[in-house]
Amino acid sequence: MNAKKPSRRAIPGFGVSLGVTVTLVSLVVLIPLCSLVVSAAQLTPAQFWETITRGRVLSSFEVSLVCALTAALINLAMGVLLAWVLVRYDFPGKRILDGLIELPFALPTAIAGITLTSLTVEGGWIGRIFAPLGIDIAYTRLGITVALIFVGIPFVVRSVQPVLEKLEGSYEEAAGLMGASRGYIFLHVIWPELRPAALTGFGLALARGLGEYGSVVFIAGNKPYSTEIVPLMIMSQLQEYDYGEATAIALVMLAVAFLILLAMNAIQLRAARRAGG
Amino acid sequence: MRRFVKTAALCLALALCLSGCGGQEAAQEEETLSLTNVSYDPTREFYAAYNEMFIAGWKEKTGQTVEITQSHGGSGSQAISVSQGLEADVVTLALEADVQAVADAGLIEEGWLDEFPQQSAPYTSAIVFLVRSGNPQNIHDWDDLVREGVGVITPNPKTSGGARWNFLAAWAYGEIAYDGDQAQIEDLLTRIYQNVLVLDSGARGSTTSFVENGQGDVLIAWENEAYLTLQEYPEGYEIVTPSVSILCQPSVAVVDEVANMRGTQELAAAYLEGLYSPEAQHLAAQYYYRPSDQTILQEYGDVFDLNIQMTNIEHFGGWAQAQERFFADGGIFDQIYEK
Amino acid sequence: MEQQRTRKKINGLVVTAMAFVALFLVLPLIFVVVQALREGVSAYVSYITEEYAVKALILTLQTTVVAVAVNTVFGLFAAWTVTKYTFRGSKLLTTAMDLPLSVSPVIAGLIFILTFGRSSPIYPFLTQHGIKIVYAVPGIMIATIFTTFPYISRELIPVLSAQGRDEEEAAALMGAGWLSIFKNVTFPHIKWPLLYGIVLCTARAMGEFGAVSILSGHLRGKTNTLPLHIEILYNEFHYTQAFAVSSILVMLAVLVLILRSVIEHRGRKKEM
Repeated sequence: MNAKKPSRRAIPGFGVSLGVTVTLVSLVVLIPLCSLVVSAAQLTPAQFWETITRGRVLSSFEVSLVCALTAALINLAMGVLLAWVLVRYDFPGKRILDGLIELPFALPTAIAGITLTSLTVEGGWIGRIFAPLGIDIAYTRLGITVALIFVGIPFVVRSVQPVLEKLEGSYEEAAGLMGASRGYIFLHVIWPELRPAALTGFGLALARGLGEYGSVVFIAGNKPYSTEIVPLMIMSQLQEYDYGEATAIALVMLAVAFLILLAMNAIQLRAARRAGG
Repeated sequence: MRRFVKTAALCLALALCLSGCGGQEAAQEEETLSLTNVSYDPTREFYAAYNEMFIAGWKEKTGQTVEITQSHGGSGSQAISVSQGLEADVVTLALEADVQAVADAGLIEEGWLDEFPQQSAPYTSAIVFLVRSGNPQNIHDWDDLVREGVGVITPNPKTSGGARWNFLAAWAYGEIAYDGDQAQIEDLLTRIYQNVLVLDSGARGSTTSFVENGQGDVLIAWENEAYLTLQEYPEGYEIVTPSVSILCQPSVAVVDEVANMRGTQELAAAYLEGLYSPEAQHLAAQYYYRPSDQTILQEYGDVFDLNIQMTNIEHFGGWAQAQERFFADGGIFDQIYEK
Repeated sequence: MEQQRTRKKINGLVVTAMAFVALFLVLPLIFVVVQALREGVSAYVSYITEEYAVKALILTLQTTVVAVAVNTVFGLFAAWTVTKYTFRGSKLLTTAMDLPLSVSPVIAGLIFILTFGRSSPIYPFLTQHGIKIVYAVPGIMIATIFTTFPYISRELIPVLSAQGRDEEEAAALMGAGWLSIFKNVTFPHIKWPLLYGIVLCTARAMGEFGAVSILSGHLRGKTNTLPLHIEILYNEFHYTQAFAVSSILVMLAVLVLILRSVIEHRGRKKEM
C-alpha cells in the first residue's frame, strides 16, 4: 500500500496506523453521532427550521457564541503567557503553579459553577470588589464568560507548553544578538512556531465553551433572551421528552463547532506540511 | 525511557487490580431479593428511613431479605432514564407528568394513577415562600411579589418539573383574586417573573442562589424543601404561607415491565402500599411531607398550615392539559417572556 | 513580588501570570477547601470516609484507568497517522477525532442513550444477551472515553508536526520497521507531551460529569461516580458534604500532578 507513493509515504506502517485510528474513531465517535442525526431526522425540514430559528434559541446561540469566543480569546492570551512563564522562568512556587493548571478539569463542573457564583455575587470575595464599581459578574454574560475562562484554562497552556519546551532558546538569543527587540523576536521568531499549537488550544477552549453546561447554569441566571445558553435550551427540550427538537438544536451546535475545529486543523496541518517539506 | 515505561506499566497493573476487586463484589449480591426505587432529589432521607422500616417488616412477614437500591436525580431526567432502560421496579417522582412519561414509553400499564389510594400520591406538599428573617420586605401573599424592589427566586419551569407547581400556584391565586380574568392573571404572572432575579435550572440551585449567595428577598419553594433549608439554617429564614397554594402530589407507580421481568411485582406493590401505613405516614410528616392520610395530617397542625386554600392539578384539567397550555413551546410561560 | 529569575528579566509577565492564576485558580480552590471544612475536621473526615463516597471513588478510579488506557493507545496511533503520512481526508479525520470536545456533555450522554437505550433498534439484541450498557458501568466508561477521547492525540499532534518527518524517513530508508521507528525515533520526542496528555486526560476523566450523569441512572453505590455523588449530595441539601467530597477529587488531581512532576524530574535528569 505504501509502496505506491514512496515520495509521500516514505515511512512504513501506514495501513496499520490508519486502520486502528479509523476503527476507534468510528466506534467511539462516528457511529454514536449518527444516532443524533437519525433522531433529528424525525422532524420535517420545516419543523427543524422552525425549532432552530425560534427567538429564544437564536438569542441563546448569540449568548453562547459571544461568551465562548471572548473566553477563548482571553484564554489564548493568558495561556500563551502562562506557558511562556512556566517554561522560561524560574521563580518560587513555579511547580505549584504548574500543578494547578489542570484543576478546572478535575473539579466537577457543578462545584466549579457553585464556587464561581459564590465568589462573584455582590457579597462574594471577588464580587465585593467589583460591586461598588457598578459591575455585576454573577448572573450576567460576564459571569458566563468567567465560568468559560475557568473551564478552558488548561487547553491553551498545555498545548503550547510542550512546543515551547522543544523550542530552543538559541533562536531568540541569535535574534537578540542581532539587535532585534523583544516584541519583534516574539512576533517574528517565536509566534510562528507557537501558532499551530496556540490555535489548537484556542479552538478546543472555544468548542468546550460552546458546549459547557454544568458550571454555567449556576452562574448564568438563565434569563430568557439574555443569559440562556444553548445547552440549557437542549436540556429544556429534553425535559419535555422532545428528543427531536433537542437533537435539532444539538446538531446545529455541533456543526458550528465542527467548522471551528476544521479551520484549526487546516491551519495546523498546513504548518505540518511546511515543516515536513 | 525504560523507567518511564516501567512506571507506566506499574500504574496500569495497580489500577487493573483495583478494577478487579470492584468487579468481584457485584457477584455475591444475588441471593437476596432486590428492589430499585428511582426517585427525585430531596426524598433520599425519607426513603432511607422508610427502606429500613420496610425491610424489617418484610423480613418479619416472609422471612426474606430485601435489598433496596436508591436512585435520586432531577425528576424529569429520572423519568427519561427509566423510559430508556434504567431498571427501576418502582418510580417515586415529583409529578404525575413524569410518571406518565414512563407510562407513555410503555413501561407502566394504563390506570396506574388509580392503583394506589389518593391518586397514587402517598404524601403531598404545598408551595410556600421562604423569606429572610423578620420578613423585611413584608411579603405575605402572591401579590406582594410584584412590588417594585422585591427580588424573587424560583427555578425555570422549563427545566424543573417541581417549579411548574410554583407557576400554577401563582396562577391559582390570580384566578381567585381577579375572578378568572385571564388578561389580569397573565399580567400578574408577567410581573412576578419580571421580578425574578435568577431562574435556576432546578430547585436546589434556586435555594443556593437564595441562601448561599444572598440573592433576592423571597424564594418560592416546596414546603418540604423550605423546611430542609430551615433545618440547615435555623436562624436567618422564615416560612410564609400564601393564602392560596397548590397541592403538590408526587406520584408513585410500579414499573410493570421491569417488575414482571424480574419477578418483583408483589414486592414492589407491597413497597408502595406500605407508604400508606400509619407508621410511614408519620415518617413522611417527620421529613416535612404532608401525609395524605387526613387524620394523621391533622396531628401535625403545628408544622403545616392547614388553613391554606389548596387548589390541585385537577383544577387545571390534569397534567397533560396544564403542560400543553402553560409550559409547551409557545405556551403561556413562553408568552410571558416574549412580551 | 520577589523572585530569583535565572533566565530573563521581564518580571511584569510573571506577575500578570501569577495574578491570573491567583484569581482564577487559587481563589476557587481556597473556597472549596473553606467550604469543605466549614463544619470542622471530624465532620470532614466522616464525610469523605462515608460508604457511598468510597464506592463512588472506586468507580471513578476504575473508569479513569480504562478511559486513559484506551485513549493513550488511540492517541499514539492517531497522532502518528495524521502527522507522519500524507493522505486524503486527513483533515476530516483529525476533525472527527476532535468532535467529542465540541459535543456538549448533555448531548454526549444523549447520543449513547439513543444508540444503546430502550428506544434503540439494537436494544432487544442487547437485553437478550444480557448485555447492559446504559445505566450500568460499561455506559459510564464509554461516555468517559468519549469525552476524553482526543486529549492525548491533541497533545501529541502539535509536537509531532513541529518535529517533521525527516528523522523517520531517514530511519525508513535504512530499512527500519514502523514499530522500531516509532520506538526509537519518534517516541523520545513525544515522551513528555504524552505525559502531559495522560495527566490532562486523567484529570478530565475523573471530573467528567455531564455525559455520565445522563447515562448513569444514579444507582447509589452502583453507578454513581464521584462527581455524580457530589451533585446528588448537593441536591439533597448537604452543601458542606458536597464540598468535602469534591476535595477528594482535588487531592487526587494534585496527586496525579505530583506523580507527573516526579516522573518528569527523574526522567530529565537521566537524559542529561
